[in-house]
Parts: sequence; C-alpha cells; structure tokens
Amino acid sequence: MANELAERTTLRSPLGRVRGLGSSQSGVHHWWLMRVTSVALLPLSVWLVFALAGLAGASHAEALAFIGRPFNAVLLLAFLAAAFHHTAYGVQVIIEDYVRAEWGRIGGILAVKGLCVLLWLAASLAVLRIALLRPPAAL
Amino acid sequence: MATFTLPRNSQIREGKTWRAPAGAKNVRNFRIYRWDPDSGENPRLDTYEIDLDACGPMVLDALIKIKNEVDSTLTFRRSCREGICGSCAMNIDGLNTLACLKPIEDIKGDVRIYPLPHMPVVKDLVPDLGQVYAQYRLIEPWLKADSPPPPDSERLQSKQERARLDGLWECILCFCCSTACPSYWWNGDRYLGPAILLQAYRWIADSRDEATGERLDQLDDPFRLYRCHTIMNCTRTCPKGLNPAQAIGEIKKLLVERQG
Repeated sequence: MANELAERTTLRSPLGRVRGLGSSQSGVHHWWLMRVTSVALLPLSVWLVFALAGLAGASHAEALAFIGRPFNAVLLLAFLAAAFHHTAYGVQVIIEDYVRAEWGRIGGILAVKGLCVLLWLAASLAVLRIALLRPPAAL
Repeated sequence: MATFTLPRNSQIREGKTWRAPAGAKNVRNFRIYRWDPDSGENPRLDTYEIDLDACGPMVLDALIKIKNEVDSTLTFRRSCREGICGSCAMNIDGLNTLACLKPIEDIKGDVRIYPLPHMPVVKDLVPDLGQVYAQYRLIEPWLKADSPPPPDSERLQSKQERARLDGLWECILCFCCSTACPSYWWNGDRYLGPAILLQAYRWIADSRDEATGERLDQLDDPFRLYRCHTIMNCTRTCPKGLNPAQAIGEIKKLLVERQG
C-alpha cells in the first residue's frame, strides 16, 4: 500500500493514483522468456548433472577434452546463456516485489543484471577458449 | 522494502472480555479485532463469550447478535446475509471469507475475526476499499463496442461464447482474494490484484466486447499484471469457489499469443 495514503500527504483521487503513469506496454517479453528459459534449463540441467557426474575423478586434461568437444561446448554455452538469463530475470522479479524505493529497485536490478552479464561472459569465454584455442592434438 | 512488522500504533493489544450470560451452556469465544479511529488508542482484541444455543449458525449471525445484544459499538459491514453482496468479507479463523457463509461449527476453538488483511481500516472490521474500487474503474468494466446493437434485439452470443463467462460472472467483488494475495500486500498501489484481473478477463473473454486489444494494452505492465506469481491464495480463499489465478493465466496467454 502506498504510504502517502496512510500519512495523508496526498489528496489525489484514488482513480488518479491507480492509473498513475499508465501501462508500460512491457512485461510479456520478460514473462515469456522466464518460461522459455526454465523449459530449456530442464533438459540442459539434467544433461549437465550427468556430464559432471561422468567426469568425476577425471584428470585436468580429460576435463578440457570434454569441454573441447563441439557437442559439449555448444550445450555448455546454451546452459550458461539460459541459466544466467533466468537468474537475472528471476532476481529482478524478487527485487520488484520487495524493494519499494525507486532508486533501490532500479539500482538493484541494474547491479544484478550487470553481474549476471559479466559472469555469463566470463564463463562463456572460458568455454570458448578451451573449445577454440586448444590445439586439436591435445584433445 | 516491504514492511513485515506493524507500526507501533497498529500493534494489537488485549481488549475487554464480555462474559456470557449466567446459565449459558454452549459457549464459544469470539476474539474480534477492534479499532476506533477517534480514541487514538491501539487496536485491541476483544473477547465475546457467546451462547451458541441462542445464536444462528453462521459467523455473521454471531456478529449481529453481539451488535444487537452485547456491544452496539462493534462495527462491520453486512447486507444480504446470503453470499451475494460481498459486504461481510473479513478474515475469519485465518482465512478471508464471507461471515454469512462461514458456519461457526466449522471453526475449532476460538473464533478469531479480523478485517480483510493489509487494507487501511476505517473502524473495527470495516476496511477502506477506495483503492480496489478505483482499480475496478481503471479496467472499465462495461461493454465496449463500436458496432451498434441490432435495432430490434440485444447483442447476440452463441452458447459456447456465453459458456466462456462461467466462473467469471459469479464474482461478487468481496475482495477476499486480493487481500489474501502477498503480491497485492506488497505492491497493491500498482498491482491490480486477483479480483480486478478476474474482472478484466471477464470483459476480455466476452464475445460481445470489441475492445479486447485495448484492454490487454491496459494490463501489459510488469506491475499491473505480472506481479501475479501464481501463489494461488486467491483461489484457495474465494468464498464463491472461483479461480482468479486461472483467469490471470488466461490473460498472460493472450498477451503471448498476440505477440505472434
């Protein structure tokens, strides 16, 4: 509830207040991508869990060889994209739910999205470096 | 941040106890939220001992008995006493419902009665519904059509089209659902809440209405619509057995559909 109502610092009509700044004409994209990424993450997560379990006890070279295989590299990149996208959008929803102050909401969302982008870039770069830069002989 | 504790002047204190008349055998305690804006005091919880042998079966019967026979200052809304006006919506035994439809015998132990949660209180069990009424006005709950109706008859609807309104038209706007929704608690000034969104869908689903796109435009907003996280409190609490969460899901599906 708007506290300005309880504190009697507004005399604006209720209709004026609830119409507010109007509809932002956005939100579908966010909601839909949350659904798409969660569905995509189902098979990708299952694959990742089994892949990592299969790597248990493997040497460093074997792990690099696993990541370097095109099939695995593509699925890893897809997992990273879906997971970081889903995380950023999901945390955004939590911030929008609970943070009332506008500066806190916008600042928090920007910080979370920035962090997720950086982590996604770093993780993807690591996969790409292993997949692209290692000489084939080492695989 | 969302506030999880009550401000000091809203904290509830123990109130008075009104004893049952001597000789009463079937006594139940009604623990009722009381707040008088004129007294300047904190809200309190009064206890009324009621002889159920001399009382009607529903919670509303007990409230009316208290007001008539015990304490005339107890303030609450009621009108039809048969679940069609929505006036006596309140929080009974931890669940929002209509006092007129809630049998006393369904409640174990003390009967705890509070106003609808997270709304400004006018007095005792009477919440200020100004904001939800304004939100109802926002969705323009009336038929909008550019085509004139046939000159000699009403606007026609097939049986299938009419059937799509079942589960929607029955809503009596008691706002049990909206005031049970955590998203509405935290962001009620921007989120429209389940009651209003169910009403919005009632007009979106109406085959006679020609403003469907315009109505969807009004709702396409992270706060107005997408604060719904399918928590389902709305559906659980609805005293009419409706499913606002499903109506909200249908709106979300239509918004995806029109994207292409």
